[in-house]
Amino acid sequence: MQPHERITAAINDANDGGRTALVPFITAGYPERNTFADTLELVAQAGDVVEVGIPFSDPMADGMTIQRSSHEALKQGVNLAWIFDEIDRIKDRVDAPLVMMSYLNPLLAFGYDRLAARAAETGVCGFIVPDLPFEESGELRAALENQGVGLIQLVTPASPDDRLEKLGQASRGFVYAVTITGITGGDAGLPGGVDGYLERVARLSPLPVCAGFGIRSAADVENVGRYVSGAIVGSALVEVLENDKDPAAFLATLRGNETPS
Amino acid sequence: MSAILEEGEAERLLAQAIAGKLPDERGRFGPFGGRYVPETLVPAFERLEAGVREHLHAAEFQDEFRRELRSWVGRPTALTYARQLSERWGAEVWLKREDLAHTGAHKINNAIGQALLAKRLGAKRVIAETGAGQHGVASAAACARVGLPCSVYMGAVDVERQAPNVDRMRRLGAEVVAVTAGDATLRAAIDEALRVWVTDPDGIYYILGSAVGAHPYPYLVRELQSVIGEEAREQMLREAGGLADAAFACVGGGSNAIGLFYPLLADDTELIGVEAGGTGSGLGQNAATLATGTPGVLQGSYTIILQDNDGQVQETHSISAGLDYSGVGPEHALLKSTGRVSYISATDDEALEALEELCETEGILTALETSHAFAAARNWAREHPGKRILIGNSGRGDKDMPTLTKYPAKVRSYAAA
Repeated sequence: MQPHERITAAINDANDGGRTALVPFITAGYPERNTFADTLELVAQAGDVVEVGIPFSDPMADGMTIQRSSHEALKQGVNLAWIFDEIDRIKDRVDAPLVMMSYLNPLLAFGYDRLAARAAETGVCGFIVPDLPFEESGELRAALENQGVGLIQLVTPASPDDRLEKLGQASRGFVYAVTITGITGGDAGLPGGVDGYLERVARLSPLPVCAGFGIRSAADVENVGRYVSGAIVGSALVEVLENDKDPAAFLATLRGNETPS
Repeated sequence: MSAILEEGEAERLLAQAIAGKLPDERGRFGPFGGRYVPETLVPAFERLEAGVREHLHAAEFQDEFRRELRSWVGRPTALTYARQLSERWGAEVWLKREDLAHTGAHKINNAIGQALLAKRLGAKRVIAETGAGQHGVASAAACARVGLPCSVYMGAVDVERQAPNVDRMRRLGAEVVAVTAGDATLRAAIDEALRVWVTDPDGIYYILGSAVGAHPYPYLVRELQSVIGEEAREQMLREAGGLADAAFACVGGGSNAIGLFYPLLADDTELIGVEAGGTGSGLGQNAATLATGTPGVLQGSYTIILQDNDGQVQETHSISAGLDYSGVGPEHALLKSTGRVSYISATDDEALEALEELCETEGILTALETSHAFAAARNWAREHPGKRILIGNSGRGDKDMPTLTKYPAKVRSYAAA
């Protein structure tokens, strides 16, 4: 199985078990650099796929929570090489496929070929790059595909149908449906009209769809789970971690009334 | 992506730039430029690009733009012969007086052009970022003029050091939002404006103030600012009797420099961009992006940026808020790598000295940004005696009074003599 196919399989497995796939997000090295590996291991037990955020100095698609976590992690000296090393150290204890969320410049600085090789070695199966639209993505996509690592496309409520279709075809692992027209960490809840939008994305996508941005509760997970395969939980989980609360317990509450299979 | 040009590539790209063929269809100036934006903004950028293509060079838009430049901005701005400065420097020094444009800097050329475009594209409201506050003031004024509500995002550090401009923006009807995120200067203000734009890509028009960011902004801003170089070229021929041997402009994002240089690319004039040398050459002590930076993607564009080995963008320092930026327009990155424009820097202290000298010799209080160009020109004149020099006097220094109070003026007494 190619690394990107592991992502798809993990989401399908959850759905086959009657569950909406849960994709927790953590910022690498936040709140503490030295607890990253433990936190990742813990979160990976609760999640079907885990998204690891690579800190960046200019997180322009992110709200206050991820901005804060990003800047704090950078202050603690977190960088991509260290994150790969930490993941490498615990990869045998992590079953859930990992994906990295990173702005483009840290990846560019690391080098695309080196990135793809290191991802394949450490069990990182895919990348989400919020400032890399499809039109500019050829070079990174090619480097990743050499190693079977997927570039996961984001779609948004602003994407017209023909674009949804194109992005769905280009994506690997899953399609990331941004629920809102805005940045991460919104507390206004899911917007009206999200049902029709998610239904449209799911219909036009050949891959499982996971919804993210503004998902904070079991009700949100249940809501998006009616239309798509998975729910991504970022800012809400990062807030749990920065308040020194138990991430596993929080993620369990997101499962709501679902009975684990 | 590779920023190193192959043999023969530099000449070919420069020829394309001179022929007006850049950016190409993908928004590239050779390897630089492009459009690195969140998916939510992709349709908005496509609409903007289509709008620019439809209107920018259409007769109707150009008539309106030229009329506003003439009757509201006060163009053409003067070309001033700097008599005493010329004597001191042993050169022939001419100043293109963008400080005389309405609201006190070249920024107004771009702001009124984009405000007119926003109106045509049916925007409900306008957002803008600002560093020194000059683009914020220009946007506030332009939006008042065309009748659109305007919100200006400004780093909290800049809000403090450019207080008079904050008050001007508010009086001109704009909302001013202090940005405390990130480094709380221009870069953070652009990040924040992009975040706000993402919340309503249909209703908001973003007036970006420099020749930076994703395509089509570097192109759009250059086209609107080229009036500086077009006028200066004609005025030099008419009033100075010939083109300059060298032209100087300060470079932050690079809008006034590209506006002055672009129409001069085909001439024999040596073109020199001057960045902020700050307090020293260490990372974080200056904003000399082109002189010391490396290629990377920042705020929508592949260009030269100040970053560490991990691709983290570095904070900058300059006494002038308008130059205090870790990136630079992608067209400057190209012009540097083709060798057509050279980029050097002047320190905070050199800029302050130059500001004082211009006040004393020509009675012009220039902006701290602009002072960097004067400092570099003075050094150049020393090494090239008797040459004709053109300096882009991009803005006036009134807004720098809060900073200048830390460097008290000489107290003079003439009655005693």
